[in-house]
Amino acid sequence: MLPKSRGTLSAAVFTALQSGATGRLESAPESEEDAQIALWALYELHYRGFDEVDPDLEWDPDLLRVRRTLERSFEAELRARWEQSPLHEDSELGLTGLVDSHDGPSLARFVQRRADREQVLELLQHRSLYHLKETDPTSWVVPRLEARPKAALMEILFDEYGGGDPNRLHHHLFRRGLEAAGLRSDHACYVDEAPVEILAMNNAQSLFGLHRQLRAAALGHFAVFESTSSVPSRQLAQGLRRLEFPEELAAYYDEHVEADAVHEQVAVRDVCGAFLDEEPSERDHLLFGAFTCLDLEARYARAMLTRWGAS
Amino acid sequence: MTDFEHASVVLCPAGPMLLRGKHEIQDADGKIHRTVRPVSAVCMCGGSAIKPWCDGTHRLLAARARDNDETPG
Repeated sequence: MLPKSRGTLSAAVFTALQSGATGRLESAPESEEDAQIALWALYELHYRGFDEVDPDLEWDPDLLRVRRTLERSFEAELRARWEQSPLHEDSELGLTGLVDSHDGPSLARFVQRRADREQVLELLQHRSLYHLKETDPTSWVVPRLEARPKAALMEILFDEYGGGDPNRLHHHLFRRGLEAAGLRSDHACYVDEAPVEILAMNNAQSLFGLHRQLRAAALGHFAVFESTSSVPSRQLAQGLRRLEFPEELAAYYDEHVEADAVHEQVAVRDVCGAFLDEEPSERDHLLFGAFTCLDLEARYARAMLTRWGAS
Repeated sequence: MTDFEHASVVLCPAGPMLLRGKHEIQDADGKIHRTVRPVSAVCMCGGSAIKPWCDGTHRLLAARARDNDETPG
């Protein structure tokens, strides 16, 4: 099902997606929410699509024109945030240094110690937008890499996708966790509940994944995502057990403690390191993607902690 | 084109030991743990809560050491 529109542009885009009459679309959004939900739905055409939308519209030139306009302004905004960051000034900074130097609030620590059940249910719904298509945006990057980074990325992706066993596939594990907790688990079923900060996180991954020229940003984003997962996953698992959520859900995070401790090392050394050996001029793009991962997560965490009166 | 270096056991600086492929690891209590992933990370800092596997604790220990170094006096 298409999401609910959040302004005039998204309303027009969703009407066009249903009717197939895409010729007269304007591309000026009314607000960030309006832009992000429209962009999210246009990206979704490349993942699972929508029952009520003709699959042929995935490559409709008029929709692609709207998507490109939204993407350009989104990318410019993300780049401005990176270029304005004090971390951008440090020319020696590598991926690990970036992660260690970036200071952001931690939702995982809040869940571990203080969050109540309602807050965790809200968080799970928001996170489901990514976790139900976990790793998929990074998979777009594979054919664009040379042998060393490609083999290393596949080593991680194979594990993310269950090593050949669908029962171990990460987005399936999350689905089982949601169901055990009494939540819905269909692909993107909580998109209408997602705040703009979550839509932006999701869209940044699709933006980086779908554009070959942003492949370095996609890899930087992925490496940081994996590098900031083990310890927070342990805190989340502890919080879920403290609140007596079902074991299936805690087990999803247990799996990430162990898996991402591996993925972090391989992503930083063998994927990003090997990639930059071959394409050293891509360094700033890679760090841009890495910073964006940290920055958008921190922005979401601040929004939620403020909303919960916990900041 | 020469072949690439691709070690099956990798010691990560200030991090875990990576093992590629299938291994059986005997822990300090004599218990056997089998690898289940394409690559596994074995704890080298001693701080992991899921030994023999790494859980990222070495990063917390390093951060704590940095904070202590920065404390005056």
